[in-house]
Amino acid sequence: MGVDNFDLGALADPTKSHDSIKIDGEDPVFLKSQFRQMLTIRLVEEHLAAMRKEGVIGGPVHLGAGQEAVAVGVSTSLRNTDRIFGAHRSHSHVLAMGGSIHGLFAEVLGRETGLSRGMGGSMHLWDQPRGFYGSVPIVAGTVALATGAGLAAKMSGTDDIGVVYFGDGAIEEGVVHESLNLARMLQVPVLFVIENNLFSSHMHISLRQPHDATSRFAAAHDIRFDTVDGNNVVAVKNAAQRLINHSRSGEGPGFLEAVTYRLYGHVDWREDIDVGVRRSTEDLANWRKRDPIKRLFQGMEEAGIFSLDEQNLCEAEIRKDIDEAWAQALRDPYPSPDTLLDRVYTKQVMG
Amino acid sequence: MNKSNLVQAVNEALHFELEKNPDMILLGEDIGRDGGVFRATDGLIDIFGENRVVDTPLSESGIVGVAIGMAAYGLIPVVEIQFMGFLYGAMEQLLSHAARLRNRTRGRYTCPIVVRAPYGGGIHAPELHSESTEALFVHTPGLKVVVPSTPAEAKGLLLSSIRDPDPVLFLEPAKIYRAIKEEVPEGEYLIPLGQARILTEGKDVTLITWGAMLHPVLKAADRLAAEGVEAEIIDLRTLSPFDSETLLQSVSKTGRAVIIHEAPRSCGLGAEISALLCEEALYSLEAPVLRVTGFDIPFPLPKTEKYYLPDVDQIVETIEAAVGY
Ligand SMILES: Cc1ncc(C[n+]2csc(CCOP(=O)(O)OP(=O)(O)O)c2C)c(N)n1
Ligand SMILES: [Mg+2]
Repeated sequence: MGVDNFDLGALADPTKSHDSIKIDGEDPVFLKSQFRQMLTIRLVEEHLAAMRKEGVIGGPVHLGAGQEAVAVGVSTSLRNTDRIFGAHRSHSHVLAMGGSIHGLFAEVLGRETGLSRGMGGSMHLWDQPRGFYGSVPIVAGTVALATGAGLAAKMSGTDDIGVVYFGDGAIEEGVVHESLNLARMLQVPVLFVIENNLFSSHMHISLRQPHDATSRFAAAHDIRFDTVDGNNVVAVKNAAQRLINHSRSGEGPGFLEAVTYRLYGHVDWREDIDVGVRRSTEDLANWRKRDPIKRLFQGMEEAGIFSLDEQNLCEAEIRKDIDEAWAQALRDPYPSPDTLLDRVYTKQVMG
Repeated sequence: MNKSNLVQAVNEALHFELEKNPDMILLGEDIGRDGGVFRATDGLIDIFGENRVVDTPLSESGIVGVAIGMAAYGLIPVVEIQFMGFLYGAMEQLLSHAARLRNRTRGRYTCPIVVRAPYGGGIHAPELHSESTEALFVHTPGLKVVVPSTPAEAKGLLLSSIRDPDPVLFLEPAKIYRAIKEEVPEGEYLIPLGQARILTEGKDVTLITWGAMLHPVLKAADRLAAEGVEAEIIDLRTLSPFDSETLLQSVSKTGRAVIIHEAPRSCGLGAEISALLCEEALYSLEAPVLRVTGFDIPFPLPKTEKYYLPDVDQIVETIEAAVGY
């Protein structure tokens, strides 16, 4: 890897890659399910944005709309015995593993039936039956945890892997570099998925790092890596599959850099085009043309395997699920105050 | 004089000192071009430029460590950490280096850094955004810990913290960032560190508190005043090293003390204050020293934080218990 590869080039240029997704050789049924998953995540997040704006949701929500192809593409090669970790922007990570919309909504509303039993909120998703071991609000905090979870899988002789989603901001934290080196030295089966959306809060990557390709850190640690258009679900799926196969077969860690963009601002429903630098209305408009859902639709439509009618039907079904899940979550109870004291330590039975 | 809220007062203090002291540098995530999560540094980059208002990468431990190195070589770095809960990644730098630099070099180097962080609950925030773990830092010899409770206090204490040759953790109560407006003295305004503030004098009971908790304590005292209880209210404001003299003098007069903090109870600073009063003021005490505190749990999420935070009723009841003992 030379200095040339330190920069993302066209991948980070929002005027490029607006074309429909090439789906040659992909199974239509599979593609439709990927489409449905991405659209579900998008509509769920749009719903959360609207409810947050209305004030129905009390705490902050970090929305990843625009980035759906990353989790959906990666998760096709994952199973629920893998150990998957996220951070503050993890709705897509849990939903792509088949997590329940109702569980997510109830958590965001602080209800007892939520994914963290209402004890966390949008940044605390926990769905162990689906392999999702948790998102936390501390940026980069779970990178080491996923490495350890992957190492445990290796030590117990399974071919399960650890997976961690984190951002181009998170990679600036020291613990990430410690984890990368450790993962490589111990040949840990772990996939580091970097959702490089070019921003950390309001700061563009060019104000924080000398180069915008974060895979340079994988190269430095001698970890196998790939860099893909994160708004192309087929490209993400294929690259993730190769790296995951490599980890499952005992060859150590992998690092996937998916270049993408969030359509909302850092937190909540606003677009954040008024703050920070280099998040211009023009960029946002261009990134909308690289929308992962729209591009997959175009690819399938051009190939004659999907139509606008089918999309509308799919959307109507999802909206119905969302409305039901939301209505249910609003009826669910809050955790009772006495449970607050109960969950700090393991209960030991004496005698 | 203009009225300011606490965030504006912090901004004014930073502005004033940046102008006065060319060695002072601000460092932090999103503090420059964006103006900071709570906008405490809003506009400063336009006045002082990006060499003095430095937008950093997302690297708490790096930021604090770099600030220590800058301080040892003559600069006055003032760091912003976005929330107190994000400080934990920088604990190593704070505890192993900032707090020890002077002692380790037998006084040849000092470490005049200030680390500012919003702290405390009541802002409907998620986990690690409502921390009140000041005791961790009070327990670290070599660090000073300062907590303002009003806008004017914030300005005076922050300026003194920046001028102090030792490292100061300056915790800003996020709940009252914008809740109170008051007149804040313009220009130079210093409140000495290490001195508690007596808000009201009284003979029946001493109430010891700091930060956002001062405000429910004032309400509780008002309510009890109607019943004829005269409380002496003390805002500790420098938590480490704290003003034991003022506390002891007050309790020797009132014979009763209630300590109110939102931090978890066990080994909270209230425990240390209580121990001090028992050791040094035992013969003045007419009732056990009581505490109103948070619980020994991680700070809970928005929908249940009301059960966690001490409220006026609880404070009133505890004061009544102390007075009626
Ligand atoms: C340790 C820590 N520092 C700072 C923050 C505040 N914060 C939350 S998200 C974020 C930006 C993260 O950027 P990135 O890792 O690129 O993820 P993205 O938000 O782009 O998905 C920051 C600074 C935090 N939550 N934790
Ligand atoms: Mg990012």
